[in-house]
Amino acid sequence: MNAANRKSWIINLAALAALTAALLIPARLNMFNDYIKGVITWTLVNVIMAVSLNLVCGLLGYLALGHAGFMAVGAYASAMVSLNWKVPLSFPLALLAGGLAAAAAGMVIGIPVLRLKGDYLAIITLGFGEIVRIILNNIPALGGARSLRGIPRITTIPAAYLAVVICVALMFTLGRSRHGRAILSIREDEVAATSSGIPVMYYKMLAFTIAAFFAGIAGGLYAHNAGTLNPNRFNFDRSIEYLVMVVLGGMGSITGAVIAAAVLTALPEMLRWLSDYRMLIYSLALILMMLFRPDGLLGTAEFSIARMLERVRRARTGARSSRADRGNDG
Amino acid sequence: MNTLIIQIINGLHVGSVYALIALGYTMVYGIVKLINFAHGDVIMVGAYITLSLLSSAALPFGIAAGLGILFCAALGVAVERIAYKPLRNAPRISSLITTIGVSYFLQNAVQMIYSPTPRPFPIRINIPAVAIGSLRISGLTFVTILVAVLLMIALEAFVRRTRTGKAMRAVSEDLQAAQLMGVNINTTISVTFAIGAALAAVGAILYSTAYPSISPTMGAMPGLKAFIAAVLGGIGIMPGAMLGGFLMGVAESLTKGYISTQLSDAVVFGILIVVLLVKPSGILGRHASEKV
Repeated sequence: MNAANRKSWIINLAALAALTAALLIPARLNMFNDYIKGVITWTLVNVIMAVSLNLVCGLLGYLALGHAGFMAVGAYASAMVSLNWKVPLSFPLALLAGGLAAAAAGMVIGIPVLRLKGDYLAIITLGFGEIVRIILNNIPALGGARSLRGIPRITTIPAAYLAVVICVALMFTLGRSRHGRAILSIREDEVAATSSGIPVMYYKMLAFTIAAFFAGIAGGLYAHNAGTLNPNRFNFDRSIEYLVMVVLGGMGSITGAVIAAAVLTALPEMLRWLSDYRMLIYSLALILMMLFRPDGLLGTAEFSIARMLERVRRARTGARSSRADRGNDG
Repeated sequence: MNTLIIQIINGLHVGSVYALIALGYTMVYGIVKLINFAHGDVIMVGAYITLSLLSSAALPFGIAAGLGILFCAALGVAVERIAYKPLRNAPRISSLITTIGVSYFLQNAVQMIYSPTPRPFPIRINIPAVAIGSLRISGLTFVTILVAVLLMIALEAFVRRTRTGKAMRAVSEDLQAAQLMGVNINTTISVTFAIGAALAAVGAILYSTAYPSISPTMGAMPGLKAFIAAVLGGIGIMPGAMLGGFLMGVAESLTKGYISTQLSDAVVFGILIVVLLVKPSGILGRHASEKV
């Protein structure tokens, strides 16, 4: 590990600690009212959803329109575990069960679906997402269209935050590992990846399953936050919402997905006073954003505090030295 | 036996509406390779404009419908010019998101202008039922299917026989080559959007007479189903959209009649999945070989 790398590690850890403190200390001291708590939890759940969808859409380069379906599977599975098994540590177990159920669904759906490409894949994932919703609507044991009620509301901000940290950390390490590079190579050129000996189908399944797993975890967190589940909360519009987060953040950028998810969840809440005009503004913002920045907020780049500090330092030392620096800038 | 035939005819009734809407999806996709998610909301706008002209301006049905269709065609072109044209060379997902933005915009604009509560659609046309043997087909069903089929024949003739139609086929074959051959691609794309939106508006009026309650989100479900119909038949292929539309309508109607009303949508999506798995390019789709 060289000096620059170590410095960036330290800066990132400090930033993470600051963010953690900013979120968890007020939560511990009960400084948030129920509304704020709800918004923060919902934001954290959406961050997991956006970051996991980013793995499929951004890194693998496959357009998936059924991510809410996996969230639904995870939500119902974890809710059923909490409702039926009263054991200690049942919450983490329930979340895990939700994640595993969604991952299993992802695997089952992935085998046929991932043979398709481009728009066809988008459409077939859309079909699966809708089928999950319709089937859940028609299972009386799961409450059906009348909602599943009485789920213990035990999702706390620290729990959701921990899940976010695990998810984001895993995505970062995956993205920079051998496996991540293999997944990236599929996005860049699938034929070339195949002929370079990369087991393309395996890596597609891996990315799809991991994404589904985290969507399931997010679903579990959502279920234990809301207390009731209705299948129609996981419709096509919801999948689109997550896709919008990924694209606005920049396809392939994990930090972009985090920022976009946080902004797009919190902003509508802050704009409540605009009431009727809120969605109109949202749609216009969406169109304008795409017209003027089609690659999203960050493109494929990652937001980095270290790099930002570096840029500030350079701006201060003047243009001449920065020009000299640029030669050995990695 | 009679109920089966009636179910099939009902299916063809809805199916012809799906087919009209699906044509818009498939034409646009064929030319610019774009899934136009705002297409479903053009249906809704068409229904609302026609409703206003009927109730506020008290125009006769024919004129109101005609103006509604013209308005939608203009809307289609405007949306294309504002939202899609600047993104023609951007990543395709960006234009996809823009279409979603336009869809939300139309829904919310209409919701603000008219209120979100559903409104009844006044049917001002009374057509006597048609009797074939012992079967009585409602006049509305008969007219709907007739209008749809006539429009499809007209469209097919337009695309096959006219210069503009030829240009449309050329652009969908190869945009760059068509441009080099002197085809004005901007006009061609605009014409495609206009025709697609106009057909959607006709579909909207036919749909609203069959299900006479219109709301700002009414376009979502028929839009989604028409889109699936287009994919089912082979997206980008016009006869495929018609076939897909009719198939979807009949499948939906038969499921509602014999299996379960709630599951009819699941069956529709199920058919889509099976067809895509067996023949990914759709029923009439050609297999495109992979270019390396």
